[in-house]
Amino acid sequence: MAALDVGWADPARLYGSARRARLLLDQARAEVAEILGARPDELSFTPSGTQAVHLGVLGALAGRKRAGRHLVASAVEHSSVLHAAGVHERDGGTVETVGVERTGRVSPADFAAAVAQPGTAVACLQTANHEVGTLQPIAEAAEACRAAGVPLFVDAAQSAGRLPIPPGWSILAASAHKWGGPAGVGVLAIRKGVRWRSPYPEDERESRRVPGFENVPAVVAAAAALRARVAEAATESARLSALIERIRHEVPRLVPDVEVIGDPVERLPHLVTFSCLYVEGEALLTELDKAGFAVSSGSSCTASTLRPSHVLEAMGVLTHGNVRVSLPRGVSAEDVDRFLTVLPDIVRRIRQSLGVH
Amino acid sequence: MWRRKPARETPQEAAATAARPAAPPATALTIDAMGRKCPIPIIMLADQINAVGLGAVVAVLADDPAAFTDIPAWCRLKSHEHVASYELPQGGWSIHVRRNY
Repeated sequence: MAALDVGWADPARLYGSARRARLLLDQARAEVAEILGARPDELSFTPSGTQAVHLGVLGALAGRKRAGRHLVASAVEHSSVLHAAGVHERDGGTVETVGVERTGRVSPADFAAAVAQPGTAVACLQTANHEVGTLQPIAEAAEACRAAGVPLFVDAAQSAGRLPIPPGWSILAASAHKWGGPAGVGVLAIRKGVRWRSPYPEDERESRRVPGFENVPAVVAAAAALRARVAEAATESARLSALIERIRHEVPRLVPDVEVIGDPVERLPHLVTFSCLYVEGEALLTELDKAGFAVSSGSSCTASTLRPSHVLEAMGVLTHGNVRVSLPRGVSAEDVDRFLTVLPDIVRRIRQSLGVH
Repeated sequence: MWRRKPARETPQEAAATAARPAAPPATALTIDAMGRKCPIPIIMLADQINAVGLGAVVAVLADDPAAFTDIPAWCRLKSHEHVASYELPQGGWSIHVRRNY
């Protein structure tokens, strides 16, 4: 709120209030850069995490046009990465998606082999998967990219603020609302010396990387939220991770015919996904919502496209009856207990209505 | 969009998962789940698989994209064998499952 009073002015101008806005913006930049392991001049703010991904991927491809037109990405990247890849493909480029293991983790050897192909311009890998929480082998991927001379784009939206950013990235994207900041702030960091050219018309904003008037109050709030999240991360992440472990352990015990999905150990602290056999994802979501639980699903009946999630498909796991539980900061053990209490009966009733005994 | 690569599998699994254009071989039972959304095709399969003998093959005809992923996943969870999936000329697949027990 204080940021709205002092940060409203245009940081590109020279009058007093504008200079104050510029100071706030650069201070926020320095703070966020330090936490994410970047230099302040490497980091720009964008109007969303999605736009940071689009700018990161397409700008890296534009900067590497002469090296090649081949893009490598894991099959379980966020849709913003896959959409950017789709634009690249329509533009005459080629895309290879690297498959994943049953846990959703990309095999470092497969990723390295794909990156080493001649003509590879850019490689993309997320720090953690947004649907199943599995952490990706960023260090190994970065080593393979370094050996092949290929820049690595890392989508850190899921883990920034919760886990340290693994080193080795060339271009990094993140999203403030994922760490508890406001909507409308993304982060794009481009390592010094990495070739990158804006896919958009340029202006003087954000080192010519992101056009348009910066939302200084929201950026200031995003930096404050990241600071707070990181300060509590060690204790809160451990607490949430224990609650997730409880859900992972209890759900298959309480509900018959359930597949808990994703890596049980190498995972995000706050997220778990499971699929219930013979249950419609949409019905499950509706019933859990009535019981006061707002959860997501990768089942096709819950998607506007009527296709199952590309992540679950790539993993080869059950896509129907799918529930994704993302624990918010401060959630209590009692909330998790209540979830575990209502779930078995909800699943039983839905199965009954479908004639399954 | 580009072709999706399936999850890493054993060579036998990979051979079974890749949809084959060739005409599917005859099976002991055919379950027509065309036009039915998941989980209905799987519920029909679970209901009827015991109608065939041990080691016999059931074909599930389905056109819900979820069935293409979910029937092999069901086989893995229930220890039955996903033999192969055949693309049908009218759209959808004939997904073959061998009863193991």
